[in-house]
Amino acid sequence: MPKITYIDNEGNSKTIDVENGLSVMEGAIQNNIPGIDADCGGSMACATCHVYVEEKWLNKLPKAEDAEVDMIDMAFEPKKNSRLSCQLIVSDELNGLTVTTPSKQS
Amino acid sequence: MKKKDVIIVGAGPVGLFAVHQLGIKGLNAVVIDNLDKIGGQCIELYPDKPIYDIPGVPECTGKELTDKLLKQIKPFKTEFFLNERVDEVRQDNKVEWTVKTNKGNEFLSPNIIIAGGVGSFEPRKLPIKEAEKFEGKYLFYSVKNKDDFKGKNITVFGGGDSALDWALELSKFSKINLIHRRNEFRGAPHTLSELKKLEKEGKVLIKTPCQLDAIEGEENIKSITLKFDDGKVEKINTDIVLSFFGLTMKLGPIAEWGLNMEKKTIQVNSANFQTNKKGIFAVGDICSYPGKLKLILSGFHEVALASVECFKRARPNEKYRFEFTTASKTIQERLGKK
Repeated sequence: MPKITYIDNEGNSKTIDVENGLSVMEGAIQNNIPGIDADCGGSMACATCHVYVEEKWLNKLPKAEDAEVDMIDMAFEPKKNSRLSCQLIVSDELNGLTVTTPSKQS
Repeated sequence: MKKKDVIIVGAGPVGLFAVHQLGIKGLNAVVIDNLDKIGGQCIELYPDKPIYDIPGVPECTGKELTDKLLKQIKPFKTEFFLNERVDEVRQDNKVEWTVKTNKGNEFLSPNIIIAGGVGSFEPRKLPIKEAEKFEGKYLFYSVKNKDDFKGKNITVFGGGDSALDWALELSKFSKINLIHRRNEFRGAPHTLSELKKLEKEGKVLIKTPCQLDAIEGEENIKSITLKFDDGKVEKINTDIVLSFFGLTMKLGPIAEWGLNMEKKTIQVNSANFQTNKKGIFAVGDICSYPGKLKLILSGFHEVALASVECFKRARPNEKYRFEFTTASKTIQERLGKK
């Protein structure tokens, strides 16, 4: 199973095996990773699963749709490497992906 | 104090269908919602987005679904209390609950159905610690009366419809700075071309890609500092800040009602959607039970079952009879069909 690393804003890191086909958000929720709220459950309606993607992964991930980019506008402290983790679907290609959660989600 | 068979908290699709399921059983209800309009997330988050998984409705938008549900419950002439948040729930006698809103309205009922989604919507606040000090006086998250903003130097934050619409509207009589973290704005084509025109005329000053770094001022706002993506910092003078970064969902007072909760959701018995408190039910996105799916259609099922238990509590001396809308004259009368 692909390994996804979640780092919180204080630098604590947890690496989890996440099943292919789940979102990076679902991987976090199912494994009680703090820092990802996902209030809307993954319908791209709330921006509370916002993460910063490790720079080297930015171009390897499928590009964010307009609706995701619009929603990131609403996120807490968005940056160039901001993504919504509900839109990142785990596959073998994502093995080793590292995301950092912001200091808060809203 | 109003006495009702059921108090429904939340006017989203599931709260609306609860009115229907209770109504055909002869139970009356009131609906209370913190938003200023009916429809919940369907109206607030995706009024124009198509939904494809409502049984029998191949495609409809959040707005259309809300309108259809309102039509479906029209026969029951239900009273809605909008812009009101339920602050307090207490048990005064063995069978009835008292519900008190932030506007001081009180209701008495044997049943409360919480159809609260992810909680109440609140504007997303600016992540700057000085923001709170100016909020409501010089910093606003919505425009109530645009006359308050006449002849001012106004800075608008955001790149979506609300930010653009208010930048255009207020530019008629005020100087506007429009700030966005990206170069692209998201709005109707007409709005975007209008904005370009106003920029050329010098009525709207657009700053991108940048974000708010600080707000300066003692009593009132004097200036704000913007930080651009390339690291450059700029200070601009402004009297008023308007921020449009959408809404967040906060669970709010529900967390204090003594219900068994897990991760912002309320645990229920999936046979009748009752919580650990007899007479308090939770349905829709806010409830959790093994296998729970956060779908509108699941919420419809949940209210159908909850309404049966509500009937038993509201009419303890009557026997509940399961009936079909196709066959029951009583239901058809209640729907105004006979």
